[in-house]
Amino acid sequence: MLRIEYTDYEALRSHGEETYPNECCGVLLGKNIVGEMASVQAINVIHQIVRAGNTRTDSAHNRYNIAPQELVKIQRQARGLGLDIVGFYHSHPDHPAQWSKTDFAEAHWLGCSYIITSVEKGKAATTNSFLLSGTEEDNKQFQDEAIEIMMAATSPGNQKGQA
Amino acid sequence: MKIHIPTPLRSYTGGLETVTISGNTVNTVFEQLTGKYPELKQHLFTPEGKLRSFVNVYLNDDDIRYLDAQQETAVKDNDELTIIPSIAGGRN
Repeated sequence: MLRIEYTDYEALRSHGEETYPNECCGVLLGKNIVGEMASVQAINVIHQIVRAGNTRTDSAHNRYNIAPQELVKIQRQARGLGLDIVGFYHSHPDHPAQWSKTDFAEAHWLGCSYIITSVEKGKAATTNSFLLSGTEEDNKQFQDEAIEIMMAATSPGNQKGQA
Repeated sequence: MKIHIPTPLRSYTGGLETVTISGNTVNTVFEQLTGKYPELKQHLFTPEGKLRSFVNVYLNDDDIRYLDAQQETAVKDNDELTIIPSIAGGRN
């Protein structure tokens, strides 16, 4: 499961609208916490989203790439905040919010969440999250992941939703 | 020197985000690192011993692939090494 504040959730969706017809991308900073109940999987709790530049200017409408140098800086930023990189987000302009073969082939952060927002004619539509599970490249897989959206000043569990 | 470990690989360093390893070059540091945490090796290197294509390693602010001596680059105790897997994708 992925838990995110409503403002961050809306911000990453807005990012996709701003970069339309190109793909946007960014990094999710937070903490991976053990599930509250034994039967619940670990949760990636998002504390902050960080916008990143898409270096794939040659094909930005259907590709994204975050420069490693920018990732290093973001990881430093996370460390300074006492947070970890727990996921990433990007948009699919005029395309479903489902992971593609390219998304899968280029996914290497096991245990992290990959959020995808479909942006239809410039408007953010569906947002889905996928957990990259597995222990190594040979057995990695994307699993559908529920998104728990937290409204401000509420306690966990009061608001749930998936756009 | 300090080595920063990305989130997915911390399960192989006992949960540590930063580990301290001594060595004279990037290669010797890697040897020490994978000697101390053997499970890391297969995630960082191919069976032939080459750094995996999706694994980026930065010595301070420099990608070691673009340094003149690459993995043979000399390092000092106050240098920092950051291991950072790539992130990319696209709709099709």
